Amino acid sequence: MLLIPCPYCGVRPELEFSYGGQAHIARPQTSASAEEWAAFQYERVNTRGPHAERWRHTHGCGRFFNVVRDTTTDQILRSYRSGER
Amino acid sequence: MSGPWRSASGGSSIDRSRPVRFEFDGRPYQGFAGDTLASALLANGVHLVGRSFKYHRPRGIMAAGPEDPNALVTVRRDAARYTPNLNAAQVELYEGLMAESQNRWPSLHFDVGRINDYLSRFLPSGFYYKTFMWPRKAWHGFYEPRIRAAAGLGRAPSEPDPDTYGQRFAHCEVLVIGAGPAGLTEALAAARTGVRVIVCDEQAPPPRTSPADSAGEWHDIRAQLAVMPNVTVLARTTAFGYMPHNMVALTERLTDHLSAPLKHVPRERLWQVRAREVVLATGAIERPLVFPGNDLPGVMLAGAARTYLGRYGVLPGARVAILTANDEAYRAAVELRAAGVEVVALADLRPQVMGRLPEAARQAGMTIRTGTTTVGTRGDQHVTALGLCAIGADGTVSGAVDWIGCDTVLMSGGFTPSVHLFSQSRGKLTWDASLQVFVPGAAAENCRCVGACAGEMGADSGGSWLGALPRPEGPATGKSFVDWQNDVTAADLDLAVREGFRSIEHIKRYTTTGMATDQGKTSNLNALAIAAQRLRRAIPEVGLTTFRMPYLPVGFGGLAGYARGELFAPVRKTPMYDWAAERGAVFEPVSLWQRARYFPQPGEDMHQAVARECCNVRRACGMFDASTLGKIEVVGPDAVEFMNRMYVNNWSTLAVGRCRYGILLRDDGFVYDDGVVARTAADRFHVTTTTGGAPRVLAMMEDYLQTEWPDLKVWLTSTTEQWAVIAVQGPKARAVIELLVEDVDLANAALPHMSVARGRVCGVPALVFRVSFTGELGYEINVPADYGADVWRAVWQAGQAHGICAYGTEAMHVLRAEKGYVIVGQDTDGTVTADDAGLSWAVGKSKPDFLGLASLRRAALVDPNRKQLVGLLTSDPNVVLEEGSQITATASLRPPMKVIGHVTSSYYSAVLGRSIALALVSAGRSRMGQTLYVPTRTGESSVTVTNPVSYDPKGERLNG
Repeated sequence: MLLIPCPYCGVRPELEFSYGGQAHIARPQTSASAEEWAAFQYERVNTRGPHAERWRHTHGCGRFFNVVRDTTTDQILRSYRSGER
Repeated sequence: MSGPWRSASGGSSIDRSRPVRFEFDGRPYQGFAGDTLASALLANGVHLVGRSFKYHRPRGIMAAGPEDPNALVTVRRDAARYTPNLNAAQVELYEGLMAESQNRWPSLHFDVGRINDYLSRFLPSGFYYKTFMWPRKAWHGFYEPRIRAAAGLGRAPSEPDPDTYGQRFAHCEVLVIGAGPAGLTEALAAARTGVRVIVCDEQAPPPRTSPADSAGEWHDIRAQLAVMPNVTVLARTTAFGYMPHNMVALTERLTDHLSAPLKHVPRERLWQVRAREVVLATGAIERPLVFPGNDLPGVMLAGAARTYLGRYGVLPGARVAILTANDEAYRAAVELRAAGVEVVALADLRPQVMGRLPEAARQAGMTIRTGTTTVGTRGDQHVTALGLCAIGADGTVSGAVDWIGCDTVLMSGGFTPSVHLFSQSRGKLTWDASLQVFVPGAAAENCRCVGACAGEMGADSGGSWLGALPRPEGPATGKSFVDWQNDVTAADLDLAVREGFRSIEHIKRYTTTGMATDQGKTSNLNALAIAAQRLRRAIPEVGLTTFRMPYLPVGFGGLAGYARGELFAPVRKTPMYDWAAERGAVFEPVSLWQRARYFPQPGEDMHQAVARECCNVRRACGMFDASTLGKIEVVGPDAVEFMNRMYVNNWSTLAVGRCRYGILLRDDGFVYDDGVVARTAADRFHVTTTTGGAPRVLAMMEDYLQTEWPDLKVWLTSTTEQWAVIAVQGPKARAVIELLVEDVDLANAALPHMSVARGRVCGVPALVFRVSFTGELGYEINVPADYGADVWRAVWQAGQAHGICAYGTEAMHVLRAEKGYVIVGQDTDGTVTADDAGLSWAVGKSKPDFLGLASLRRAALVDPNRKQLVGLLTSDPNVVLEEGSQITATASLRPPMKVIGHVTSSYYSAVLGRSIALALVSAGRSRMGQTLYVPTRTGESSVTVTNPVSYDPKGERLNG
């Protein structure tokens, strides 16, 4: 079970969180092409190594935030708020 | 009692003053307190303890610890406390213990399944893929059940588990796994710095009164640790899983060693320990040697024989032959001889031996046959002889065989570090060429390996042998086992390589080597060495298979812990639950809620009760507990904009005090949820969701609000449990509630269909909705949950004069289906658009954006042949179609056939006097009046496609 650093609450066990999938996928404008919308909907990377992903502190502050986790070791390299890079 | 197989004295774990009676396969035996089942059986001369998995070969006790592959037994306390597949070397003896052998019929000594051994050339690796192929139909009905019955472990218990199981989280700075010398030293050093230390060991704690011997120093450390307040010492506790971020799962066995379970103590406790640092002091496991007949009872690891003698005062036999490639085995030779056992042969695979231990054996007068291998053993159910043969200078074996009569063969191929947990932590293993084993390399977690687990084997334990022993040319005379528990032989591994398997992961799966409950503790390295030799590659090139949890089998009870029966999942009850229960309601689970399904009157079955409830609602009125509906309060200056972006509807045009049926899509364009949404103020919406969808809808709203539109000033609050909701539906609904309602004008003009007003009901602050999920005049009274039961009773009282009935979810389903109202998740399945469900009228087509809008332009989502919601009327009005039935366009098709849709909802409508159904049918709306066909279990039903609304299609009754 991971220890996840919530940028608002501090380090908490994984039990308190929900996974939110790959981070930094912006929702396109309505006018965007079908290809852009398909990419937004369905295309995700399958990273070996550092991976930016979203988590939500569901059973805590309720906030979504981002985490960079190494998928080969599960070590968390950093966490930061939504909208930050 | 001493008997011929107990030494005259000694045995550091046993108390010879306390005899203990036990049974094995119904026969009574006696051991001592402190014995394991394995040591006590050996002390009684019982070596044959089980039959092997595939060939049903007789098997004995090979090891003295968790690595033993053979001695799996069932321990029975009573009908319910029946635990199969326990390792006899880990079962502590208690008064009255009853154990049974497994995988034998009719008896352990005469087992019919042994025929598999003689048929083994028809049962090679993967035999189930190669043989039993004909006739094809016989596989499921005949071959597979028989193969499964013949290959096996113990039986599962048939009664519910009466024991309780605990679970605990713990945190510490240092977790030490293994309380041997290396672990104890580490634990004491850490404990002296004052940090929190947890030490666990899978064995029973050694008795405190144990005689001072070489272990005395370790007793001292144990005693010191026991009184330190910052130290927790856990005995009988196996670390079985190493999870990321230094969380280790331990299972502590609290009562299995006692003669009766304790009332207020759990049988096991699962520990989830988060440690800043983990110290692995898990030791090493002795490797067996691979030679023909190495699985006969009486063949044992040399170290195991030492353990049985030293700890339990047990003599493994009277005439012992020893074959080793490692110096440690010489300790066994010397100690057994000192205990009066005759060492009839002492052979070593190595051409020269000159360590301190072999020298000690020589000085004790024993002769060492160096450069010696074996051609195999003799014996039927116990070893009677070992055939020794010299290895030539060129490595070949050709000389005469010297058959040594013996009753015990001790073997040692060296020691394999127990790197299981280190490997589970994703630490890298590296090949140590001098030790010929894998040792821990770079760690992935904050973890250290110490002692034998780290490859620190001690100066006297040199020498090892990997893979099959050298033997003369020509066909083998018997099976050479590599994996005892899964009956995998050296020949099986040869076969796998011959058949083209190259990866060790594939060889493992094909032969099943290392895949038994012991996870290859004694077999992995030998299997790898044999595969590497046949592949003509170096062992580190071939690589090791991955170690996985659990290190040892863990019972389901411990993993389930408290989450059983009533505590398996939380049960959600509405404020009106007790009222419904008192009236004999039958409940059904809806997500975690318990909802009243119907209220049977005496003598009624479900069908009759539902028919009565439906007719009552349409004729007079009914009341329904709708409290489980999800409710979300959407508040803020940007609430309208937020709702416009989330839901398909246009919320800008919804006046305060009015309601609208809202549809929520995902961005892929498919229906996610629905519900009535009320605008209770300019900046406030009362959003209802489906009962099961409330949490995921709120999570989805939060996701978009926080990450896509953080600029919107909106706050979301779940109010599901704050409101009790009483639906009063039917032509008499207004008459029932009007005397209870204050401050709300219930007249049609003031509170028309799809509107909401604040007021008081029975003096309680309330939101009164004029809404209907039945097609009748209807109200939904929302009051604070604490008042729900009282207001419900008041409505019930007021309704008596008007013939009110309580109705449940089943009648609710029928009533809404008569009206063609969809239920998201029943009539939709995640691939249904708003248009498919006939709801495109709700979509605010002029809005610039909402979830799913972009996807709705996709060609596939506007294909006229998409499945669309329609009604179906069966030609026989009494036939109620099965929900989920397939629909075809032509009659009498045989599978495989073209299917054009399926039935989503189907009921008998007592009001209409016939069955009704909703279905999703390809291009359904263009098929009105067509006849379609529904294959059933007994034949086929013909149906006519109709409008989904089968009752009051103009909706006049809504207006009361």
